[in-house]
Amino acid sequence: MKTKYISAPYLLWMAIFIFAPLCLVVYFAFTDKRGNFTFENMSALSTYAPVFLRSIILAGVATVVCLVMAYPVSYFMSRMKANRQKVMMMVIMLPMWMNFLLRTYAWMSLLERNGLINKFFGLFGMGPFNMINTNGAVILGMVYNYLPFMILPLYSTMVKIDHSLVEAAQDLGGNLYHVLTKVLLPLSLPGITTGITMVFVPSCSTFVISRMLGGDSAFMIGDLIDLQFLGNSYNPHLGSAMSLVLMVLVLLCMSVTNGFADDDSEGLL
Amino acid sequence: MKILKKLYWVFVLAFLYMPIFVMIAFSFNQSKSRTVWTGFTLKWYVELFKNEAIIKAFFTTLIVAVIAATVATVLGTIAAVGIDAMKNWEKSLVINISYMPVVNPDIITGISLLLLFNVFRQWFDFDFGMGTLIISHITFNVPYVILSVMPKLKQMDYRVYEAALDLGCNPTQAFFKVVVPEIMPGIISGFLMALTFSIDDFIISYFNSGHAQTLPVAIYAMARRRVSPEMYALSTIMFLVILTVLFAVNIKSIKDEKKVTR
Repeated sequence: MKTKYISAPYLLWMAIFIFAPLCLVVYFAFTDKRGNFTFENMSALSTYAPVFLRSIILAGVATVVCLVMAYPVSYFMSRMKANRQKVMMMVIMLPMWMNFLLRTYAWMSLLERNGLINKFFGLFGMGPFNMINTNGAVILGMVYNYLPFMILPLYSTMVKIDHSLVEAAQDLGGNLYHVLTKVLLPLSLPGITTGITMVFVPSCSTFVISRMLGGDSAFMIGDLIDLQFLGNSYNPHLGSAMSLVLMVLVLLCMSVTNGFADDDSEGLL
Repeated sequence: MKILKKLYWVFVLAFLYMPIFVMIAFSFNQSKSRTVWTGFTLKWYVELFKNEAIIKAFFTTLIVAVIAATVATVLGTIAAVGIDAMKNWEKSLVINISYMPVVNPDIITGISLLLLFNVFRQWFDFDFGMGTLIISHITFNVPYVILSVMPKLKQMDYRVYEAALDLGCNPTQAFFKVVVPEIMPGIISGFLMALTFSIDDFIISYFNSGHAQTLPVAIYAMARRRVSPEMYALSTIMFLVILTVLFAVNIKSIKDEKKVTR
């Protein structure tokens, strides 16, 4: 069995369907319609800098909100009895089994101007508030869709933390702030970095959430790329240039977060 | 403190479940509105089975997922066995390229395959449809299979395989009689992962489906105008099925554990 040649069919598949397509993205990014080498696609990107910036900011805010929301959840969960941990994990992952497009669509009916949340506030004579088609709605959509991706890695590092360390810190006079910054955060760092990449990468590249909840106000990188390939402004060369930048951005983000956690055994997944 | 903790749980769970309750509730709504409740009805559950577009999308999703997950499991398992036998630099090169679809945003995997198929179309005659859909699903599923089979291979005792050879198996027999049963849990969890990712995928299918619509692609096309309540009904049914399965599996595993501890 010690023969690596058994993987030959897969290697062929990998070369054709994983490696070649990525090379094509690079090739298209640096050529024009006639196939001549050009930097034009890249330089044209400067027009879209605000869109790139907005995507990064919205995804960044969503990632921070996810982290703040998920941290206590993961901590509480890691302190439960083993059986209850399992049940809670299931309860948190369960919504993911319903298609994310439908769940996002349901947020539309919740956030609309005559939607359910505004109706609820209307009972108390408040509102209506303007919630949909704002940046806030897009961030909410991201947090909602990717929160479990933050909870999962955080929880799996936190169950491994020896609870007596926390107790020792408390016995030695540490208050909540000290316990958090000196004990919990350093020990859960690998989970934090994995969670950040798992939330930031899909948030930054989404086009569904921004289109459904953001209206025209929150155009993102994903929307731009979609337009170049399947939309009105068909231009795969420009689209490839955008994709290349997005890819570099993601790799950069991952190398930064992985740099923080040297324990690279859990870096990727 | 305890009350705060409870409130926090309520807040998080309400946040996670609110859209799902909205969807389930409105699958029983009399009118097509997604915000106004006009009365209880089961008619959408009846209509669902008459709606050919939705039923067709449902079966497309299922067929693509089953074929893609099966092929990906076979391909990924032999890939993992081969990669396990590789030396350092070869191994890390192959693993790094294999993980690209996991690491990259879906949209990039989607458009890169779209570019590839467009290039192929200059040489061969085919349209975007089931074929391209299945190929792209296999491509993003294989890494997950490799990911779940590799650790099992590492845990396996290589001497068991050698023992089988010594006892007269040829390498193929030894592989199927010794290695495969040993790594079976990894293969199964890889297959299940591939199946769920395939059923749930929207972005990669969106760029490569052509005329063949999977459920998520159909939902997206609807969402521009109005998602029909039949779709809510179908999702509610699927959700309940999964809930039941998960519940049964969990109850069983908890019971098994109790037996072990006794």
